Amino acid sequence: MPYYESVFIARPDISSAQVEALTESMSKIVTEGGGKVAQTEYWGLKSLAYRIKKNRKGHYTMMALDAPSNIVKEFERNMRLNEDVLRLMTIRVDELSDQPSVMMKNKHARDERTHQQDQNEEEMIEIASHELSAQSENSIDLEHKEEIAGEDK
Amino acid sequence: MRGGRKPFFRRQKSCPFSSPDAPKIDYKDVKLLQRFISERGKIVPRRITAVSSKKQRELARAIKRARNLALLPFVVE
Repeated sequence: MPYYESVFIARPDISSAQVEALTESMSKIVTEGGGKVAQTEYWGLKSLAYRIKKNRKGHYTMMALDAPSNIVKEFERNMRLNEDVLRLMTIRVDELSDQPSVMMKNKHARDERTHQQDQNEEEMIEIASHELSAQSENSIDLEHKEEIAGEDK
Repeated sequence: MRGGRKPFFRRQKSCPFSSPDAPKIDYKDVKLLQRFISERGKIVPRRITAVSSKKQRELARAIKRARNLALLPFVVE
């Protein structure tokens, strides 16, 4: 049976438990049809690069399938019927990797970094609010203009 | 280059995906793909990135897949 990778984006206002349930019910379709779900990965609530149906975020889930094509077609049809699914993409792959994908590897590192960034930003805001009263606005404007000119070059 | 009239020498860059320990092109690897799109979100031509033509096709496919999944933008405004 050919291998497939299916990624779907679920609406951001449902809980991750609901996403889990959705994944479960969809894998049921595959297993009942004689296919196999090799791996499921929940990538978490990620922000979208552009708005989809007026949403800025979405729950990403990837499923690695080993199933006949007619089952995958049925799986896709059910996915598209579900209104919680914003976007769906299934592609055929030559082989399924049993290791976690790049998304999962990066996830932990990114979580730590964003936490640090938040702290830094808070400090910056504090400092900025102190300095703002002392600094004249003209000098800030000049700096901005220089930056823009530099970018053009 | 062009009859040897150009006075400066441009180093021959090698394809970043053709060495044995090169990263695999994957639509999920947003960090990697981001290095091959411009600030506007366009795919950078291979004459600039020195990606081989086979890998450029693969790369373009991966970027387009990532765009469809809203992992990468179609256009940055």
